[in-house]
Amino acid sequence: MMRSDPRALQLNEQGQLKHFLTLDGLSKDILTEILDRAESFLSMGEQSVKKVPLLRGKTVVNLFFENSTRTRTTFELAAKRLSADVINLNIATSATSKGESLLDTLQNLQAMQSDMFVVRHQDSGAPHFIAEHCTPNVAIINAGDGRHAHPTQAMLDMLTIRRHKGKFEGLKIAIVGDILHSRVARSELHAMKTLGVEEVRLVGPKTLVPEFFRDMGATICHDLKAGLDDVDVIVMLRLQKERMAGALLPSESEFYRLYGLTEESLAWAKPDAIVMHPGPINRGVEISSEVADGDQAVILDQVTNGIAIRMAVMSMAMSGQVQEQQAVGEEG
Amino acid sequence: MKLRISNGRVIDPSQNLDAVVDLFIEDHRIVAIGEAPLGFDDAEVVDATDKWVLPGLVDTAVALRDPGYSQKGTIASEGRAAVSGGVTTLVCPPNTKPIVDTPAVAALIQDKADEAGMANVFPIGALTQGLQGEQLSNMVALTDAGCVALSNHGRSLASNRVLSRALEYAATHDLLVVFHPDDPSLSEGGCAHEGVMSTMHGLAGIPETAETIALMRDLLLVEKSGVRAHFARLSCAKSVEMIANAKAAGLDVTCDVALHNLLLTDEVLKEFDGQFHVLPPLRSENDRLTLIEGLKTGVINAICSDHQPHEKMAKVAPFAATEPGMANVEVLLPLALRLMDEGDLELGQLLTALTYGPAACFGLEAGSLAVGSFADFVIFDSTEKWIWDQSTRKSKGSNSGFAGEQMIGRVCQTFISGQRVYTLN
Repeated sequence: MMRSDPRALQLNEQGQLKHFLTLDGLSKDILTEILDRAESFLSMGEQSVKKVPLLRGKTVVNLFFENSTRTRTTFELAAKRLSADVINLNIATSATSKGESLLDTLQNLQAMQSDMFVVRHQDSGAPHFIAEHCTPNVAIINAGDGRHAHPTQAMLDMLTIRRHKGKFEGLKIAIVGDILHSRVARSELHAMKTLGVEEVRLVGPKTLVPEFFRDMGATICHDLKAGLDDVDVIVMLRLQKERMAGALLPSESEFYRLYGLTEESLAWAKPDAIVMHPGPINRGVEISSEVADGDQAVILDQVTNGIAIRMAVMSMAMSGQVQEQQAVGEEG
Repeated sequence: MKLRISNGRVIDPSQNLDAVVDLFIEDHRIVAIGEAPLGFDDAEVVDATDKWVLPGLVDTAVALRDPGYSQKGTIASEGRAAVSGGVTTLVCPPNTKPIVDTPAVAALIQDKADEAGMANVFPIGALTQGLQGEQLSNMVALTDAGCVALSNHGRSLASNRVLSRALEYAATHDLLVVFHPDDPSLSEGGCAHEGVMSTMHGLAGIPETAETIALMRDLLLVEKSGVRAHFARLSCAKSVEMIANAKAAGLDVTCDVALHNLLLTDEVLKEFDGQFHVLPPLRSENDRLTLIEGLKTGVINAICSDHQPHEKMAKVAPFAATEPGMANVEVLLPLALRLMDEGDLELGQLLTALTYGPAACFGLEAGSLAVGSFADFVIFDSTEKWIWDQSTRKSKGSNSGFAGEQMIGRVCQTFISGQRVYTLN
């Protein structure tokens, strides 16, 4: 039966990335290659000429079915530093809302002969769907799909951790807050387990931390103190205001009281623990200003690393696509 | 017209029959099994050597999509798919456009079915007007127009008071009510079984409590009203236990399960394939095994295809945005026979759940080859291997998680009331 596993779908015959849809199923070697390559781009960012010609002549389309200025901007910057031409499409407010199907939109875009789609979509699995239904020579990069995955965010977090801690083995990491709705947490969990992190704790109330995450290899903590005890890394997640309306939480203030990261609760972690947040921050909801602006916070490093990671992933997927097209060309 | 079905293996669980014998048909009915009655020397002979001869299958859930949704299916197209799968009697849901809440629509469906000359079609009428859950439908008039049961289909009633009264009214007239237990406040927005798979893949989950809470409420109201009840498409292990308890307590209830819930679990969702988007959702391995156990013990009375054809585009979208449902009526038997590989489910138990089991749930005179019965039967080659794809498909809907797969066993001929309505090739 012809059905493609998302994990197999993103690799070419040689086992190289040709799409970047999820971290689920990617090997430690590939994740390390992404980190190493991003590291080399980081040093380039410090030079006066910031461009490399890896995507010269290629057209990258940022397809955002959900608004996100921050992620879109870093993808745009990454593509431009790779010398690609970039088009931004905010589809949240355009065609699909007028009843045009996702497939029709894609076919139109394909006709413009672009080489890469960077996709953000509210439905879990949408980038996988697009990768299956596009002409084979367009690389699809997942910039966040529903609650499913946000693999570039997770990898920039891994880069941030590696640059600060030097390794993954032996680390204890706490991810705190709205795990249920978080594509970042899901992708991070895959990356952390693959890279050899000792323990990943998911911290929050039962309404936001489904027990099923245990089967993915996580430890579940409903108490912040137990969750932060002796950890090396703390990842705070953004709490959306809608969660209160959905009866998942009583109030922001009660959440802050129980799960907010303050100087006091930060002291439960290792003294050299780093604090991360995928942004944008809700000060006084999940994290205090003192901690967010404090010495242990590495939130702005994450943004810088985000550009390097996206350059790494885009260049790797494009070269995997080109190799596959050549292989197909030789066969044909 | 006289007909002799010769030398086939006749398997009819309704009379505990499994033997190579001849079957004799006259004036639309079975008149003898084994020895030829007088006057059959000049009968037309249909050779069934090395084939199975089975009662025509009875399917409690085949959406014909007609009237109203001809892009998905018509009575002619889906009727043809049904008989090609050996289904000679089918029950169709009230969610057409217009809804089956007036006798005219019920009559229209049956007229079109007669005209198409395919399977015997029995509509379910709407329990409330427009399935809105507010005003009772004209239940007696609908029944007089041919509806075999009443149901609010997938639309759970918001008001327990209205539901309670609807059941009491139906009980007054000894009408059968079909339930699809679902608490929409728990299932709303969900597209997959709430479990490890939906959690990992970020798909909004439907907890088993969406089914069991509604089922418990329904059972309490059935007990109070004394209405005859059939529970459709159970998906959870706990539901099987609840139905078993209700039956043990003497409640007049029956239930069915969709074939795909017996064959698949939420494991298949790892590929985000919208063809596996069904409601109720594919659940855990424990649920699946408990449903199979329920068939063995007789707690579950029937297996249905839950046939829901769609146009191609309905499934061309990210998983959650696809329309739920599979269209499997034409491969009901070869797919159901896969359950035999599961171990100790016997052929007789399996065929019971596909023939007189469902017929009994709806009080239909079908699903049996006993002398005197209507001659609805199927000649089936249990060994033929074939690929179910676009070239062999009969339904207008191409939506199935089993599309493209190899099937073992194929319907060769289907007869309704002694008339041949389908011949392979």
